[in-house]
Amino acid sequence: MTLAEVLLAVTWVGVTAYALLGGADFGAGAWDLIAGGAHGGARQRALIEHSIGPVWEANHVWLIFALVMLWTGFPTAFASIMSTLYIPLMAVAFGVILRGAAFAFRKAVPELWLKRLFGACFAASSVITPFFLGTVAGAVATGRVPPGTARGQPITSWVNPTSLLGGVLAVGVCAYLAAVYLTNDARRTGDQGLTEWFRVRALAAGLGVGVVALGGIGVLRADAPRLFDGLTGRALPLVVASALFGAASLVLLARRRLVAVRVTAALAVVAIIWGWAAAQYPYLLEPYLTIAQAASSPAVMQAVLVSLAVGSLLLVPSLTLLFVLFQREHAHDLAVAGHADEGLTD
Amino acid sequence: MAAALEMQVGTTAASAADLMAARTQMAVSLGWHIIVACLGVGFPLLVMVAEWRGLRTGDAAWRLLARRWGRTLGVLFAVGAVSGTILSFELGILWPGMMGTFGEVIGLPFAIEGVAFFTEAIFLGIYLYAWDRLPPRVHLLCGIPIVISGVAGAFFVVAANSWMNQPRGFDLVDGKVTNVDPWAAMFNPATPPQTVHMILAAFLVSGYGVASVYAVAMLRGRRDRYHRLGFLLPFCFAALVTPVQIGVGDWAAHFVADNQPVKLAAMEGVFHTERGAPLHLGGIEVDGELRYAVEIPDGLSLLAHWDPDAEIKGLDEVPAGDRPPVNVVHLSFQTMVAAGSALLLLAGWFAAAWWRRRDLPRSAWFLRGASLAGVAAVVALEAGWVTTEVGRQPWIVYGYMRTSQAVSSAPGLRFGLYVLLVVYTLMTVATVYVLRRLARRPLPVAPQEHDVVEENVT
Repeated sequence: MTLAEVLLAVTWVGVTAYALLGGADFGAGAWDLIAGGAHGGARQRALIEHSIGPVWEANHVWLIFALVMLWTGFPTAFASIMSTLYIPLMAVAFGVILRGAAFAFRKAVPELWLKRLFGACFAASSVITPFFLGTVAGAVATGRVPPGTARGQPITSWVNPTSLLGGVLAVGVCAYLAAVYLTNDARRTGDQGLTEWFRVRALAAGLGVGVVALGGIGVLRADAPRLFDGLTGRALPLVVASALFGAASLVLLARRRLVAVRVTAALAVVAIIWGWAAAQYPYLLEPYLTIAQAASSPAVMQAVLVSLAVGSLLLVPSLTLLFVLFQREHAHDLAVAGHADEGLTD
Repeated sequence: MAAALEMQVGTTAASAADLMAARTQMAVSLGWHIIVACLGVGFPLLVMVAEWRGLRTGDAAWRLLARRWGRTLGVLFAVGAVSGTILSFELGILWPGMMGTFGEVIGLPFAIEGVAFFTEAIFLGIYLYAWDRLPPRVHLLCGIPIVISGVAGAFFVVAANSWMNQPRGFDLVDGKVTNVDPWAAMFNPATPPQTVHMILAAFLVSGYGVASVYAVAMLRGRRDRYHRLGFLLPFCFAALVTPVQIGVGDWAAHFVADNQPVKLAAMEGVFHTERGAPLHLGGIEVDGELRYAVEIPDGLSLLAHWDPDAEIKGLDEVPAGDRPPVNVVHLSFQTMVAAGSALLLLAGWFAAAWWRRRDLPRSAWFLRGASLAGVAAVVALEAGWVTTEVGRQPWIVYGYMRTSQAVSSAPGLRFGLYVLLVVYTLMTVATVYVLRRLARRPLPVAPQEHDVVEENVT
């Protein structure tokens, strides 16, 4: 493995973490959107707020991490992607702002109409943001981003069958992951009805994603033959693994194995993200720019990797502490926290 | 080495309108973010001190302050995190020419800043959401990483900006970057003065900003212990930092005089190189000369080089196309200095009264001044950024790349600006409303009252 490949792998770990953690936070917003009226959806929204409140900012940092790694390790690729796909990426940036700000604001205001307004803003941007990120993924995966400043098509680079498939899949995967995670969070609060509410939706979202993915095979074959060849060639084991984990997750959900399904659902997503990477290896911007061609100076990559290694000595224990602290709480903690949350909303 | 394939900078140039739109978009989003970012750097320290005093003394006022500040910090940090994210996007969307060529050179400080920001976000989540779950001392300790990583993050981000003023750590051969030394780039000569100046500015914005809220309340007659402490802690903190910041500002100005003479010439409105240059107070540029300014003879030479006869380079040292717009830079620099001096006076007034009577100045004018101190600190902050950023023009990477070469050639960049203006207007209204809502919660009448229970102070 070359230095550049190590750096890209580290970047890809960041992308994966963002999909699994940040993606679930977006998905939670999607469920918030369709949870029902102010009274009917109150329990769902309380659980969502409670689950993502402490962690969403840390989860969000993975996005910034991936961006910084990309421009540091592969500046040409970064500049090319950002300048060609400026429309969907600007939409992502606005979505990120509206989502985060509205989420924080909703908690801080007592008036119902403002809670509704900020809530709607939070929830809508939670759907829009992953959609546009998915279109960006589709654009890069299908080789619609040539190297250079704004050299690609400003519209059709991301308005095309694969990008739209990517957008729909991203929203679906986020919603699915969120529902899977929230089902178990709900179970720990002891609320049977809420657990079932999310479990049924996790099943539905999982099935939906599966159907879209199956249909997507045809889309990729027609629209992105190179990607299709990669996914059915070198990346096939990962694609198959993703499908198997996805199917296993549905079985586990149906049989109410709510902890195990968290693992399999996440693995299904991990497998497909790395499957994409394997499919287009060794290209960063297919078919123009390989990883080696795009890589920055060895001195830069070394300095960044050393800094990250030192930084991870700090980050890994801190992240562990964060998740242990907020995953370990039980029903009575939620009752206490519910009180605190009331305090937090006056 | 930057890339085997050349970035094709400026092959199809962006229109002048799009360049202006891109600069405006960057200025608005950075200028907006920088205010909340400053509060994210300085405010945690204040919250922690209040919590610590509350722990030590058991004083309900301190504990309520810590709780309420914590909630406000939560909102500010969220807004700061997301408004900072758009900047990473804009670096690539608006300035692909710079990022494609130099992204690797300035990547290291951003990567380390990412670690710092991560740490900050993790411990902020713990600090705000596990307040009742952790033992008080452990909870207080969880605040320390927030303070350290906030300051560290500011250092690394501003180090990257310093590099744009003093690009180091690479060679440029045929438009390609080679021989990159990321450490030399990060620790470029502009890094020490610029980072220290900015971190202290964050402390000032936080201290005066928070103090202003309580100054307004005290002007309205709420002079109980809660409001007094809420004023005194942030104000004393900022007042102590103010003279230090004036000294650091002088250091930064000397640095600019020695290393970016064109920027200094624009800041001071010096058009022709001369010895014994006067200091201009006020004035505007008309037809290549500064008019209506009050001149202090030899003042600039003295201030910039500690020598009344020192030579000050004028704008005529460089071709007209290499000069920054004088009026913007001169006016913003003077505004920053004026705001900083006013804050120094206010701090001095407070210090004198405190030294004599161990109390605030009695005059209501002090509180009126203090209630404007937060705005003044923000004005100084923004004016300082305008000075350094516009003063670097027309360069984006000083001496190496022009802003017009860095801007994206994508069509219709200006529509991004239009959307941004709408989004940021709404964001500003919402943020101000929410912060005022948080500040206006009524005080509990007695410690056993409903509100205190809700804030978990007991």
